[in-house]
This record gives sequence, structure tokens and C-alpha cells, in this order.
Amino acid sequence: MSGGHDTKPNGASARGRLERRLQLVLPVAVLVAGIAIWYLIVRTNELPPYILPGPGAVFATLIEDWPILWQSLAVTLTTTLQGFLAAAIGGVALALLFSRSRWLEYSLFPYAVVLQVTPVIAIAPLLLIYLPQQLAVVACAWIVAFFPVLSNTMLGLNSVDRNLAGLFKLYRASGFQTLRYLRLPAALPYILGGLRIAGGLSLIGAVVAEIAAGAAGAGSGLAYRIAESGYRLNIPRMFAALLLLSIAGIVIYALLALASHLMLRRWHESALGKD
Amino acid sequence: METDTHHSKADADAAVSLRGITKIYESGVAALGPFDLDVRRGEFVSLLGPSGCGKSTALRIIAGLMAQTSGEVCVVAQASVNPVRQSIGFVFQEPTLMPWASVRDNVGLPLQLARMSRDEANAKINQVLSQVDLSEFAEVYPRELSGGMKMRVSLARALVTDPEILLMDEPFAALDEITRFRLNNDLLDLWRKLRKTVIFVTHSVFESVYLSERVVVMTQRPGRIGEEFQINAPLTRSEDFRTSAEYAAQCRNVSVALARASGERPGR
Ligand SMILES: Nc1ncnc2c1ncn2[C@@H]1O[C@H](COP(=O)(O)OP(=O)(O)OP(=O)(O)O)[C@@H](O)[C@H]1O
Ligand SMILES: [Mg+2]
Repeated sequence: MSGGHDTKPNGASARGRLERRLQLVLPVAVLVAGIAIWYLIVRTNELPPYILPGPGAVFATLIEDWPILWQSLAVTLTTTLQGFLAAAIGGVALALLFSRSRWLEYSLFPYAVVLQVTPVIAIAPLLLIYLPQQLAVVACAWIVAFFPVLSNTMLGLNSVDRNLAGLFKLYRASGFQTLRYLRLPAALPYILGGLRIAGGLSLIGAVVAEIAAGAAGAGSGLAYRIAESGYRLNIPRMFAALLLLSIAGIVIYALLALASHLMLRRWHESALGKD
Repeated sequence: METDTHHSKADADAAVSLRGITKIYESGVAALGPFDLDVRRGEFVSLLGPSGCGKSTALRIIAGLMAQTSGEVCVVAQASVNPVRQSIGFVFQEPTLMPWASVRDNVGLPLQLARMSRDEANAKINQVLSQVDLSEFAEVYPRELSGGMKMRVSLARALVTDPEILLMDEPFAALDEITRFRLNNDLLDLWRKLRKTVIFVTHSVFESVYLSERVVVMTQRPGRIGEEFQINAPLTRSEDFRTSAEYAAQCRNVSVALARASGERPGR
């Protein structure tokens, strides 16, 4: 592999390094430019903070209100995590059940679709009436997030190579062995793809439910803070909370992408280098 | 159709016997038959035929991966002799490896499914890996292997249970000629050493004549037996045989038969 071509591999790896650096630098540059424009708009129009606070004001609020915001963030993240776990376990378990029984699939899958297409903002108030508040909020996160896990896992479990399946049959593998050694590993990339989507969605579900719950007069999550700050015209705090939500979403996505990469890097195309 | 096979007398010696096998797929395609085949224990038979004539179908039916529409399949193998109780090894046209498992785990799959202990399995895996010349690659993942190496892993996996019958479906079709010749020779070596019953599907006349003791030419879909050829060749074949007049003559005969079989039912 080495030797012979001295310049070419170096050139290629240098280009690779440049590309990786660009991947980091470009989004940061856009961020900086966005903040600068934001700042300039506020500055040149002399906008008061209750209409549009400047980046400085938002940052100051973030630090000043950190104790409150942090508490709210923790509440929202807890809900998100619970919803995500419920979606992950529920989605995979349901897909496994469906793969064992066509009857069950035919009976229940349409309702999974119904749950998916009904806007959660319309379901949340009902759930809040019938369930204890925390449970209702987690249920909302679950409803929004479980479907991608379910449908991806179903797709994955059914995309087993026909000949590999034949091989398992030839060697008289039990149903459990086929699941454990063939169908689950084959489905893993799909499941992880579903989980990556579910992470962001469970945050959205949690936020929507908190807003609904906040309207009912309870709750202390970040979404509730945003709504509350809105009523009080505390716009900088609203922005600060929004900023925290976005960061939380990005971190959740990055963590799931990393986990997926680590689990697949030894074998799956999506996790391999370009050569 | 008439063949004076001198082994038909010895039923006790049969490894595989097919009687009037037909296969009609759900789509209504009549893929096979009626198809009759007798394979002696230890024999190396090639199934040769035009694309789509039902060779893979026949092989899958023999392996029990698929049910025939009618007819009788009899696969005789002394299961009790074999500790893993697996009498058939199958090599697909593609390597068909699990990408998430190392070479060792891929080769060891049949043993793992038979719940053999790890140590015992490893000993067997190491043995077959050295047979196919892949000992250094045991811990590597399939994506790091070349096409020919993957095929050898697939062959090793079929051999690891020490099956009596080896079914191979155009295993080397996708490989370049040099690699194919090498694997041909490797396969012949193994066959001489281990004396498996081999049913080898191919659409290469040259490959079938080079490898087998008997070539069975199949007709267009639905595939039936067209003609059979007993190949007269030294047991220890080598590259010399490939260039001999004898080889060329037999290839020509088989070629002509194949053309006849393909032309018999033109169109679809
Ligand atoms: N699962 C299937 N469902 C319906 N028809 C099939 C199926 N598999 C194969 N066939 C049809 O049956 C016929 C025989 O197929 P088969 O795969 O056995 O051919 P083959 O001789 O192995 O061909 P090749 O040399 O191209 O591999 C083909 O015409 C094909 O279209
Ligand atoms: Mg085929």
C-alpha cells in the first residue's frame, strides 16, 4: 500500500483533511455571520430588547438566568430521555412482535400510522386530562418519536439477504438464532437510523407537550419558560431558552450519530471511509 | 435423453436421487422439470445449462431450501457419522457473508448454530481456513477481502461442517479467469482429499469439463436433462489437462450439446 506513489496518497489525505476542516469551519462561519447580521440589524434600527434583543443581551440573560434555565432544561431533557427510551424500546419491541405475527401487524399497524399522522398538539390536551402530567408529557414524546423506530425496524428485519436466510435454514437455525444472529444484525443500521430521527422528535414531542401543559397552568420545562417569558414580554429570556433548546437538539443528534457510527464502523457502508 | 450410466445399479451408493422433479413458481413460471438426476457418493457432477433454465432452482430443491412442486427428492447422507449433523454444504453464486461478522465468525456460523463449544469450533475453523489458505485473515471483516477471498471464505464455511454433499451454485462465475483457475484447482485438490459428493452448477463449458467426472447438460426452461457426458480425464488434473487435445475435444462435444439444448426450445 505504501511506497511507490509518494505524492499521491499524501495529496489525497491532505485533501481529506481540508474537507474535514471545511466541514467544521463552514457552519461556524455561517453562525458568526448570522450573529453579526443579527447584531447589525438590532444596532442600526435601535430595536428595543422587548422587540428583538441583540446577541449580547441574549447571552447576558443566558448567564444571568442560568439557574432557572438550567432547571428547566433538566426537566425537558428528562422528559425527552424518557420519551426516547420508551420510543426506542416500544418501537423495536412492536416491530419484533409484528415480525412474529402477521395478524398483529395487520391489526395494529394502521393505528400506529394514525398516531403518527395525528398532530401531537391536538392529542396533548386530551392526554393531560386523562393522565398524570409527567406521564402525559412523556406519552407525547413517545407518540411523536416511536413511529420512525417502528417502521425502520420493520424495514430492517425484512431486508435480510435471501441467501443468508437460506443458509440459516440449511443449518436448521431456531427462530431465536435467526433473529439473534441474522435479522437483528441486518436490521441494526436501520434501527440506528430510526433512533437518530427519534432523538430529535422526542425533544419536539416533549416541548409540544410542555407548551400544552403550560397552558394548563403547570410545568417548568424549557418550553414552559418560553411561553411564560412570552406572556411577560421577557423576550431575551425567550431567546435564551430557545437557544438552549436548539443546542440540546444538536447535542442529542450528535450523540446518537456518534453512537451509531461506533456501532457500525467495523462493517457498514455508511460508517466506512470513502476508499 | 438415453444415457447408459453404469452406476444406476448401485442404489446403495447413491448420494442424491431426484425423480420427476418439477417446480412451478407462484408467478406461474415453470422453472424446472420433469428432472431426474442420480449422483453417486463421492462423484463430482456439473450441471450445465443456459441462463434461466432452472439450475439454481434444482440446487435449492436438493438443499431443501425450497419445496418442489412435484416429484421425489432423496438425499442420502450418513448423518450420524457427522458430529454437527449437517450433511449438506451450500456455496452460493455470491459470497453471501455476514458483513457484521469476522471471517472466523462467518466460517463458524454453522458450528455456532449447532451450539458447538467455542474451543472445538475454533479448532475446526482454523483447520478449514488453512485449507482455503486464509489463516491470516481469520479476524478480518468481509469488506476487507477481495472477491476471490470472499468466495474462499464461503467455501470454507460450506466445508466446516465436513458435509458429505457439497452443492455449489456458479461459485466462481463472478471472478476473473486467473482466480477462477486457481480456485478450480483448489477445489479439485479438496475434492481429491476429502472425497465429497459435489454438484457444481456452472454455465461455463470449460469449467464443467475441467472439474467434473460427469457433465449434465440441461435444456431451456423448464430445465430437463438434455445430454450427459462422462469426462475421461486423469483424476489429478492440472493446467496440463487444460491445454490437452483430449480436453479440447470434450469441451467441443459438451459445447455442441449445450447449443443443442439451448436451441431446442427457442424463445421463451
Ligand atoms: N423466486 C422466483 N419466483 C419466480 N420465478 C423465479 C424465481 N426464481 C427463479 N425464477 C424463474 O425460474 C427460472 C429458473 O431460474 P433459476 O434461477 O433456477 O435459473 P438458473 O438456471 O440458475 O439461471 P442462471 O444461470 O442465470 O443463474 C427463471 O426463468 C426465473 O425467471
Ligand atoms: Mg442460477
